[in-house]
Amino acid sequence: MIENKSQEEQEIKGNSRRDFLKKSSVITAIALTPAAAVKASDLKLDERFSDALEQQSLSIEINGQQHELKVEPRLTLLDLLRERLKLTGTKKGCDQGQCGACTVHIDGVRTNSCLTLAIMHDGAKITTIEGLSNGNQLHPMQEAFIKHDGFQCGYCTPGQIMSAVACIHEGHANSETEIREFMSGNICRCGAYANIVNAIQEVKAGGKI
Amino acid sequence: MNNFQYTRVKSPATAITELSKNPAAKLLAGGTNLIDLMKYGVMSPDKLIDINRLEFSDIKRGQGTLHIGSMVRNSVAAADATVLQYQPLLSQAMLAGASAQLRNKASMGGNLLQRTRCPYFYDITSGCNKRAPGTGCSALQGYNRMHAIFGASNSCIAVNPSDMNVALVALDAVIQVSGPKGNRSIMMADFHRLPGTHPELDSTLDKKEIITGIVIPDNAFAKHTTYLKVRDRASYAFALISVAAALEMDGSTIKDLRLAMGGVAHKPWRLTEAENFLKGKTASVANFKLAAEVAMKGAKSYGHNDFKLKLAPNSIIQALKTASGVKA
Repeated sequence: MIENKSQEEQEIKGNSRRDFLKKSSVITAIALTPAAAVKASDLKLDERFSDALEQQSLSIEINGQQHELKVEPRLTLLDLLRERLKLTGTKKGCDQGQCGACTVHIDGVRTNSCLTLAIMHDGAKITTIEGLSNGNQLHPMQEAFIKHDGFQCGYCTPGQIMSAVACIHEGHANSETEIREFMSGNICRCGAYANIVNAIQEVKAGGKI
Repeated sequence: MNNFQYTRVKSPATAITELSKNPAAKLLAGGTNLIDLMKYGVMSPDKLIDINRLEFSDIKRGQGTLHIGSMVRNSVAAADATVLQYQPLLSQAMLAGASAQLRNKASMGGNLLQRTRCPYFYDITSGCNKRAPGTGCSALQGYNRMHAIFGASNSCIAVNPSDMNVALVALDAVIQVSGPKGNRSIMMADFHRLPGTHPELDSTLDKKEIITGIVIPDNAFAKHTTYLKVRDRASYAFALISVAAALEMDGSTIKDLRLAMGGVAHKPWRLTEAENFLKGKTASVANFKLAAEVAMKGAKSYGHNDFKLKLAPNSIIQALKTASGVKA
């Protein structure tokens, strides 16, 4: 299945730090779980139970790749990207629409993926941070963030970059004041705002996007 | 989030039928408020009726009116040339709300029905008459810095959080709705309720009705409008106080005006008495101060929000100065 491809690719590359954390937490959980629950887990009873609940068809294009999926209606677009499709570039910060770390483009429009259900976007085209670069060629905004040191810890960065690209496309990057206003939905706890503004201004002036 | 059934409707009639069949169903538009509330467990509908594919997405001029469909996204309405030409106050207010990402998703109808941001409403371990009628109002004796100074009751002192609503009530907007009994229009001033003994009801919209559009009558205010929003940070925060001011000037005389406040009541708060006081008077800071005094009659604070009794009149004066261009 197409949806497993990115996971397979990750496994081919070898065990990532993320995989190690996942496996070690599973081992810890099993060690602390009553035997009956472990047995239920072995039989995948919880998955069968959730399968029995209503799953609906979702046809969605993500970064140019078409996916035909079955999803629970309550699955957010963010959880679809991260948990189902292993596109973990899009970050879960607050999960409440307050921080902007989960920003993606839906049909070219920047949106908080945590506050929208995947099922609402049947037929849509999604672009995430993974879809921004052209192979090994970084997007001009990615280049500018590196050049201007537009981050420290980097957790908000995918959302900042997706938002920054949209900010220019919308025509809202004409001054520092305007950029700060229209980037206010992306919070950076390291406080890299000044450098982020510089990066956006340079890309805007460069006229490449 | 609770699990729920999901259906995508293609016609308003189907949406109304679905609402009539299932009292625990909710309409899903942009979802930026509803999905958040469902994650917190504040709302847990059995079924979501997705109305995003309904064709209420037009912005058009009628005879002496501007019509905005209920599914128009806030960012689209705020940037629309016709809205900017005829009702710039609405655009200013909407751009003061939320973030670019949220405005891209949030619909006009959804913003009308945006629920309060009272922290006790969100905290399912606290008493809250709005969330769970009969459990008391935790904000009355609690941390009530963001709360109401007008029209509150012992049941609820929460405020309506929308900026858009403040502009719409100032502009005499009319909300068009459709339900099992047909279509009807609700004046914006009557669309939202005061809490009284039933704070669980935010609006006068029936549970089986769907909002189809917003109509704003033409006015002569376009040259003198201001939406002043006072908040804890420069952008992307809810209002402590906001003021919508729209003036029609004849030289230095205020020929006509509209004034409304946000962040002060359970509904967007129209300042009718202050409007009546200023109508026909000279635009001057002295008159603005007197109007602000009139507007503040009956205000009551609850401790942490005492500062609003000063901030509100100062904000009214400032908004009137900006809108009129009068400096001293």
